[in-house]
Amino acid sequence: MIPVPEPKLKSLYQEVILDHNKKPRNFKEIPNSSLYSHGVNPLCGDNYHLYINLDTDGRVSDIGFLGNGCAISKSSASMMTTMVKGMTRAEAGELVRHFLDMMTKYPMPAEDKSKTGRLAIFEGVREFPVRVKCATLIWHALKDALNDAAKQDDRTGGVKHESRQ
Amino acid sequence: MLKTDSIQVESVRKDFPALHRDMNGHPLAYLDNAATTQKPLAVIDRLDRFYRHEYATVHRGVYLISQQATSECDQVREKCRMLLNAKSSDEIIFTRGTTDAINLVAAAYGRKFLKTGDEIIISGLEHHANIVPWQRLCEEKGTKLKVIPVNDRGELLLDEYQKLLNGKTRIVAVTHMSNALGTINPVKKIVDMARSAAGAVILIDGAQGVVHEKVDVRALDCDFYCFSGHKLYGPTGVGVLYGKMSLLEAMDPYQTGGEMIETVTFEKSTFAKPPLKFEAGTPAIAEIIGLGPAIDYVQNLGLENIAAYERELLVCATEKLMQLGGITITGTAREKAAVVSFTMADVHPHDIGTILDQFGIAVRTGQHCAQPIMDRFHLPATARASFAFYNTREEIDRLAAALLKVREVMT
Repeated sequence: MIPVPEPKLKSLYQEVILDHNKKPRNFKEIPNSSLYSHGVNPLCGDNYHLYINLDTDGRVSDIGFLGNGCAISKSSASMMTTMVKGMTRAEAGELVRHFLDMMTKYPMPAEDKSKTGRLAIFEGVREFPVRVKCATLIWHALKDALNDAAKQDDRTGGVKHESRQ
Repeated sequence: MLKTDSIQVESVRKDFPALHRDMNGHPLAYLDNAATTQKPLAVIDRLDRFYRHEYATVHRGVYLISQQATSECDQVREKCRMLLNAKSSDEIIFTRGTTDAINLVAAAYGRKFLKTGDEIIISGLEHHANIVPWQRLCEEKGTKLKVIPVNDRGELLLDEYQKLLNGKTRIVAVTHMSNALGTINPVKKIVDMARSAAGAVILIDGAQGVVHEKVDVRALDCDFYCFSGHKLYGPTGVGVLYGKMSLLEAMDPYQTGGEMIETVTFEKSTFAKPPLKFEAGTPAIAEIIGLGPAIDYVQNLGLENIAAYERELLVCATEKLMQLGGITITGTAREKAAVVSFTMADVHPHDIGTILDQFGIAVRTGQHCAQPIMDRFHLPATARASFAFYNTREEIDRLAAALLKVREVMT
């Protein structure tokens, strides 16, 4: 019988992650959303559309995503949407920065991890370097959408952006 | 192990040192052979001996070791000629690999001879390497790209292919074997049908095919056939393009520079005859020389024996995976090599791949550089186990057991 590498896999596929994978939150298209971006990983085919509506104060009033990908990318996207809803663009931008730093900086900055709240469970993904890009895909898409919003503040209507990593 | 096996796998495995390492605390089960293959000691030792004792450039040295290196490369060219049963070793061009070979034909033949309104036919099963060079050529020349469709088993629809052929068809470029699904195409029939369309040249992408079937380019009557050394248990960075001499002579050079010229003045240069015409710059000398023992190795085992044993592995793996339930195998061609592309209900292939890795099992996950065939089956990705003659039934059992763990972890 094969010895079972449970602990490492358990730290990757935690229950919360599996739950978001099976029942992704905000898994929807928002037609004519004020922000839009498209996150693609051409190597593995992970592919998500991200839709964001901002209210008049610049807060995220609605957010949704649709697409295909692994448990890590989908749960990361799902949890991202639940946390970003209600945030200002600046707050969302800060969260993006802390999350990306937590996932990609060596050694992991404790400060960034503490600022990511519930997202700290993705720390286990760092043990699987090729999967880090799965966890960060939607965050790059969010970053692109926020950057577009900043660049095109005085324009109205949807912003289209293709994000590749 | 059954006595009837055409390959004595335990003895063969001794020749491949990398198969005896661990991965994540488990013996490595290397099931990614459609991507690249492990190397036998004969290849590793040859590279080592060449670099250690024999290294020199080729074609230009008057000194002994350069002449010897040149002669070694020539011998490998002859081995490649025999492997493909080409008429002359001058029809064997060394490239960086299959991708490079296809780009060579697209540039050196396509740019010279194709014009607006001409048509190129490829198939729905192609690797990106046999799609994108033709697409680029079409953009440049105003040529039209047509695609042979694929049925639900992953087989080419030859009736549809017949309809695509016409007097405007200039190139037919089809894979011998699908890397994503394992389908073995009826290449002889494909060539014969193309011959009815006057003027079409036919390229067969043999990256997968040459490893799994005896190839005879003269019986096949294709114009070009190409393969990569690294999928044939040889070094990376070297591949072969076979081309009929009359075409090679008519084509333009590919890259230009040293080695491929006859005379150079600042006014004009003339070019060497094939194959050197297409081999600008210092070639991958060590890799070419290392390809020799790789070809010897598979020929000593016998391509028929390899194919028979791999067929057994395919049947075994297909049965074991189907018994698990909840697994869908994509690609069920009647003529199929030992490639099993599969998906699991509610589990993404990447998660399968990561969990199998933790059990020491190496499989490929994703689109296998063949996005159009994935789209054809509406699949964003699959997991793919691809087998070589050094794989065992025990490794298939381990794959099946680990797939049960995948379901346990993910639900």
